[in-house]
Amino acid sequence: MSALVEIRNLSKIYERGRQKIEVLHHVQLDIEAGDFMALMGPSGSGKTTLLNLIGGLDSPTDGSITIGGQRIDRLSESALARWRSTNVGFVFQFYNLLPMLSARRNVELPLLLTRLSAAQRKRNAAVALQLVGLADRAAHKPGELSGGQQQRVAIARAIVSDPTLLVCDEPTGDLDRQSAAEVLTLLQQLNRDHGKTIIMVTHDPKAAEFAKHTLQLDKGSLVAAAERAPA
Amino acid sequence: MKYLQLVWSAMFRRKTRTVFTLLSVLAAFLLFGLLDSVRSAFANAASSVAGVDRLVTVSKISFTMSLPKSLLSGIAALPGVAKVTYANWFGGIYQDPKDFFANEAVADNYFDLYPEWQLSQAERTAFHNTRTGAVVGESLARKYNWKLGDKIPLQATIFPQKSGANTWTFDLVGIYRVSNPKQKSQEAIFFFNWDYFDEARAFGNGNVGWYITQVSDRTLAQQVADAVDSLSVNSDHETKTQTEQAFNAAFVSQYGDIGLIVGAIMGAVFFTLILLTGNTMAQAVRERVPELAVLKTIGFSNHSVLVLLLVESVLLIVLGGAIGLLLAGVVVDAVRAAVGEAVPMTRVGAAIWLRGVGLMVLIGLIVGALPARRGMRLRIVDALAGR
Repeated sequence: MSALVEIRNLSKIYERGRQKIEVLHHVQLDIEAGDFMALMGPSGSGKTTLLNLIGGLDSPTDGSITIGGQRIDRLSESALARWRSTNVGFVFQFYNLLPMLSARRNVELPLLLTRLSAAQRKRNAAVALQLVGLADRAAHKPGELSGGQQQRVAIARAIVSDPTLLVCDEPTGDLDRQSAAEVLTLLQQLNRDHGKTIIMVTHDPKAAEFAKHTLQLDKGSLVAAAERAPA
Repeated sequence: MKYLQLVWSAMFRRKTRTVFTLLSVLAAFLLFGLLDSVRSAFANAASSVAGVDRLVTVSKISFTMSLPKSLLSGIAALPGVAKVTYANWFGGIYQDPKDFFANEAVADNYFDLYPEWQLSQAERTAFHNTRTGAVVGESLARKYNWKLGDKIPLQATIFPQKSGANTWTFDLVGIYRVSNPKQKSQEAIFFFNWDYFDEARAFGNGNVGWYITQVSDRTLAQQVADAVDSLSVNSDHETKTQTEQAFNAAFVSQYGDIGLIVGAIMGAVFFTLILLTGNTMAQAVRERVPELAVLKTIGFSNHSVLVLLLVESVLLIVLGGAIGLLLAGVVVDAVRAAVGEAVPMTRVGAAIWLRGVGLMVLIGLIVGALPARRGMRLRIVDALAGR
């Protein structure tokens, strides 16, 4: 396998007034295409910052990020937005669905940025919802769904435009044990059956067990990596 | 169009708040429709006269002061004068002072100077032959259900009869029509025979209120006006002659600057509306910061977010404003149907709609500008982290 994500000397420094906080310190990392990587570490270790940088939501202070052969740290804000729309799917801890839209409309959102017809968008959204097992809840609004179901809608939204990379920030952090297991199993399926490369930030060692690899971050540096036998 | 559902849903995210905002926009544009209808009516009154070749001569001191009838032959003899006639304000009341309409005593040839008023030859002859004859506009006749042959009594407010009687009774012998919709307000006048008026009135006999002169060539209008005024220069009845259009504009301005008054009222209303809806939009965007961050996360550019929020703001104002203008149209039509031309209001037509929609878009853009800018500039990571 070739490296889908190549990170070299990546540093991120936040400025809070006069104070400079170095959140990531010369991180070097390769993530292979088709990997399912769990990123763990204590609060403030820089997990979410690293995930945001890989997802193109933030820009590094120093170093480079190459994804699929493209240096995303050099892209302008608008080019980065276009890149995100086709290359990355995002799953957040609190689902971040738009409450006034139905599940189908939420899933359809990334497709509004494409040239697909309304009928095609509707079909693709239906397929994505079917994939996460929620075809029968397409017309429901987020408020009418359980937490686990909302997270599955969020996953459908993340995969509907068929991105190579999924970045998940604590996707089970707000779920009960059973719903969390369902969501993690779904992510595993997407990785195994659909070849999605997944990077998942989690505090939960049990959640990390669903990944193929686990990386530990501490004080902005990678400290350890563990590989699991295939499930 | 594909974003419309997104904008629409966002707009009705908080239904109660949106409905109340829509109601306030509706009220503002209902008021705009009504006031602009009145303003347009006054503006039309000043400019809708057909004849720019007619001059009005009144006393230089005040148009309420009389002029001697002896000026008639002098004016008629001036070069460039085609026809001349005269009239006097009567100011009579029919039944109820609230239902006031214009009424004037006019010379026999008065209608010859107004070819745009359609009056049959038979009716003209009847007016000529009937000493107590009166001719009214079709709108006025319809309003009071008058028919030819009716006897119409007017109560004098200025001119009692020599006999001491205050009631003047007229025989309706003609009904004229004005086909130009912009000049329909001219159908609300009651004309009657000069001879009856001048012979029977208790005072002022031999004087006229104003002269109307038709020039043979409209390019000579100013020259003729100067010549008319020179007839009475340095006399005790100096005159002021101007085109009918200029006279009407000056007459309308007696009411005050309607445009300025309407503008001032609407300025205050729209200023309040901008504050109110601006606050609503700002609040709506503040509440949706994480959702806007999600849109940006999945690939919406800063520019797209700016446009979405501006469209939402404009749509909110246009929706409420359009309903308001529709209602204004219904109200104006109802008022016109009930009281005819007595209340100066034009129909809420294309011109008012054009001005209204322009204002709606402008206010929508003003109201949405700051919240949209905020949405455009928000940083995804800060917004997602709730900072």
